[in-house]
Order: sequence, then C-alpha cells, then structure tokens
Amino acid sequence: MLKKIYLYLILAPTFIFLILFTYLPLFRSFSDSLYDSRYAIDGEKFVGLENFYRLFDDPIFWLSLKNNVIYILLTVIPGVLLALFLAIILWENNRINRWLRTAFFFPTIIPLVSAATIWTFIFIPNLGLLDYYLAKWFGPMNTNYLGMSQSALIALSIVGIWKFAGYYMLFFLAGLQAMSTSAREAAIMEGASRRQIFFHITLPLLRPTINFVVIIALIYSITQIDHVVVMTQGGPSNSTSVLLYYIQDLALNSHDIGKASAATFISLVLLFSFSVFNLRILEKGVHYEH
Amino acid sequence: MNTNASVGRRIWLITLPILLICTATLWLSPFLWMISSSISEDSFSLDMASILPRLPLSLENFKLAWSSADWPTLYINTIIFSVGTFIIQLITITTAGYVFAYHEFRGRTILFYLLLIQLMIMPVIMMVPNMMTLKELGLLNTLFGTMMPYFASAFGVFLMRQAFLNIPKELEDAALMEGCRWWQTIIYVLLPMTKPALLAFATVSITYHWNEYVWPLMTLNDPSQQVLTVGLVSFAMGAESGGQWGVISAGTLLVCLPLMLVFILFQKQFLSSFGFSGIK
Repeated sequence: MLKKIYLYLILAPTFIFLILFTYLPLFRSFSDSLYDSRYAIDGEKFVGLENFYRLFDDPIFWLSLKNNVIYILLTVIPGVLLALFLAIILWENNRINRWLRTAFFFPTIIPLVSAATIWTFIFIPNLGLLDYYLAKWFGPMNTNYLGMSQSALIALSIVGIWKFAGYYMLFFLAGLQAMSTSAREAAIMEGASRRQIFFHITLPLLRPTINFVVIIALIYSITQIDHVVVMTQGGPSNSTSVLLYYIQDLALNSHDIGKASAATFISLVLLFSFSVFNLRILEKGVHYEH
Repeated sequence: MNTNASVGRRIWLITLPILLICTATLWLSPFLWMISSSISEDSFSLDMASILPRLPLSLENFKLAWSSADWPTLYINTIIFSVGTFIIQLITITTAGYVFAYHEFRGRTILFYLLLIQLMIMPVIMMVPNMMTLKELGLLNTLFGTMMPYFASAFGVFLMRQAFLNIPKELEDAALMEGCRWWQTIIYVLLPMTKPALLAFATVSITYHWNEYVWPLMTLNDPSQQVLTVGLVSFAMGAESGGQWGVISAGTLLVCLPLMLVFILFQKQFLSSFGFSGIK
C-alpha cells in the first residue's frame, strides 16, 4: 500500500552505503592501481599497468600468496575437524558439557589482538608459558618459536585455531541439534554399529553445515590478520607475510597505494571466483537438506 | 556385545571426560595465565610463566596499566565505534529488510542479489580503496568515517528479511489500515516480534567491531580518536620492551573485560545468538 517511489527511497540509504563501500571499491581498486602515488611533489601519475608488473616481479607478493595458502591449510582443516569432534563429543546437553562448551567457546569473545598479546608471551623462548612447562618434562628449553621461519607460521596457525575452533563448534552443535533423529533410530533398530551410524548417517546429514563452516573458516583465515600484525609483522624474513598483511603493509608503511591497489584487485578477483565456486557447493548443500 | 568390547567401552567412558576436562583447562590456560600474572606483584621472574599467581597479590599492575594509556577516551571511542555502528545498521537493516520482505517492485531480485555480493567480499579486504574514498571525503582520521563501510550490512538485511517473512503480511496490512505510517508499523508492530533476530545481530555486530583492529589502525592516527585494540597494541609494545608482562596482562584484561562480563551475565543468549548468526 506504499507508493512504489517510497520503496526506493526507503532502500536508498542502504544502497548509498553499499555503492560507496562495496561496489565503488571494486572498481576503485583497479583504477587506483593505474596510478603511482609515490611522487609526493608531482601528485599522482598515470602509469598504466606498471603497478601490476611491479607486483608480479615482487617475490614477497608470491611468497605472501604461498604463505596464505599454507596458513589456510594449517588452520581450516585442523580447526574444522577439531570443532566437529568437539561438537560430537559435547552433543549431549548436560552440566559438564555446557561448561566444556563454554571453555572452548571463550576465546571467541576476546579480540584477536588481545589473544595475540597473550600468545606472544606463551611463545617467548625459555621464559614463556610453552617453554616453561615443556622444560618441566623435557629439561631446559630455549626455542624461539616466533623468530624462526620454520615455526612462525605454525605458531600463528595455532593462535588462529585456538581463537576460532570454539566458534565453529557452535555451528556444528546447532546443525546436530536441528538434525532429525528418525534415520538414526531406524539404523539402531537395524543393528548398525556406532561407527556405521556416524559415517553413513550423521556425517552425510551434516554436510550442509560442514560446507557452511568451511566457507566461514576460509573467509576468516584470509581476513583475520591481527595476530600477524601484532606477533610477527610478517617476519622473520617474510615467512608469515600473508596476502592481506602484505597489502596492509604496502599501504600503511610503504605508502605505495598503487601497488597495494593492484594487490587488492588481484585478491578480489581470486576471492570472487572462489566465492562463486563456494556458492555452487552451498546450493548443492541446500538440496541435501530436504 | 562381547565382554571385551564392553570393558573397553567403559574405560573409554571414564577416560573421555577426564581427557576433555584436561583439554579444556589447556584451552583456558592462556586466560588463567593472564589473570594470575595481572594480579601477581613481581612482574619479572623465572616463574612468571606459572599458571598459579605469585604471592603477594596486588592490583599494582592494573594501576600501572591504567596510568599508561588514556583509557576513558579509548573506552568511549570503542563504544561509539561499536554501538554507534550497530544503531545505524539497525536503521538500514530493518528498513531494507522490511521492503524486501513485504513489497513487490521493479528490480527487487536484482537489488537483492546486488546486496548479497557484500557477503562474499567483506569490507576488510577492500581497506585500501575504502581508505582512499574516506580520504577524498575528508573523513580519514574520524571515527564516523571509520564506521561508514559497515553502515549497510547485507547479512543484517538478510537476517531481518528472514525474520519479517515469518510474520504474516496480514499483520502489516492491518497496521497500515489502522492508520499507522510504515515506519510506525516497523517500530511498534514488527520489531517487537523479531527480538531474537535483532539480539543475534546486535551481539555479533557489537562484538565484531569491539574487537576490530586492522581497519581502525589504518584510518585513525590521532590518539584522541583511537579505539581500545589500537591503544592496547601500542601500550603493550612499550611495556614488552621492559618485560612488564604483568602490566600487559592487566591492560589486555582491561580491553576484554566489558565483553567478558557481558558474556558471563548473558551466556545463554550470547551462545545461541552466535550459533544463529553465521557470518557477520
């Protein structure tokens, strides 16, 4: 009963902000990448695709891409598996399980930077929590977890898993609770073993939730980089530089907006194709539900 | 079932809870350490990594932490950033959710799909172009500018639309017939019926912005505009060089405390809203 014109007016504020900060930056990241902003006196200078050439020539860009893939593998797979395992074990709703769920969920509510400051201490050689307790069993320890290229990315992954596994667990708990029990009951009547029930009934029914959680975990493993900024600043020797950190560092520390925009554009293209692929899987998952 | 298997099963049933409790304690150990080191007097010793507090206990670390940063400003800015963003989102998501749920118009499907694109590319990824836009608008280094990319939330619109769809359209029609304006219908009739969805969105949105670091770090230089997370890092870096881990722990606790208290008070609602919500 509202006039049509009103409908567009009501939607206008939402779409103005969407245009400014979602659609515009998509184009902006490309148009800004065609300019070099490092000449403070001359202002911006049109350089064509030069920023892209400089980006592709930069070994740190490729290293960041590689590090990001490793970081995704190191956090998404163990994080989601751990969350699934916890949800299945803590499925039953009793007092102990509620306490345990809260314990595993707790890291979710604190800022990632706060988690990073605590974990920085945990990883300090000799004095830190990890070496201190390891020393009690294995004798004196003096490992510089964050200072070595071999272990720094793994250390950051542990923080990532610790921070988010409890969050993913919650989705699995919700998925398990929403699941109908009839198929499982029928299987028990038929004399199926617990293992058979899990692999042939529970897991397939949980497929949509698993897809959903994997997508969230992937997005988080790319976008949540606060601990990289706080704990390692991409080091040692760029071994923990991930894509978003690389972009942030270019813009904030090198003031190389052109190259940062080129890197943003590339990551948007990657993320977009990846999202389309994900959506297809998600849609498949929806069919599964009914 | 043969006896061997049932014995094995019984052992498993006894050991599993113990194992789980140990793992949960391990999971919480960073917190336990943070709390114990913040209330221990000696902030630098060989035993400082112990989970148990070192006697004598004192609040000295909190005093030191409080005096080394402008906490009132940081708290106020963080509240403005997170609660303010939520309030403006509330307006955009309820109005847009309402229009998409109840009304037919040209381009509705296309607009809805355009909206959903935002779910795939979160604003964090576009921080460089967004920073340049703010610079041109003259809003760099302002809290308002930092909040702007979040004013429209595709996830929120989606959530509200879904919630409104569960309320029969007849109710909306009736309210309009009675002479309610459309916005009165939303405020007095529809919103009270969508409390769970609103609460879920409020929790997720406020927590997310309270915890956000990289984006405010890029847009806010002026100390008077800074938020808690950015303040914590610069404060912790100063204290780290002196090895004052007790003070750092106290500062970290000061940043987390408000959300931790809210969580402990409203645990049930908090947990269910997180499960309900999905992506921010």
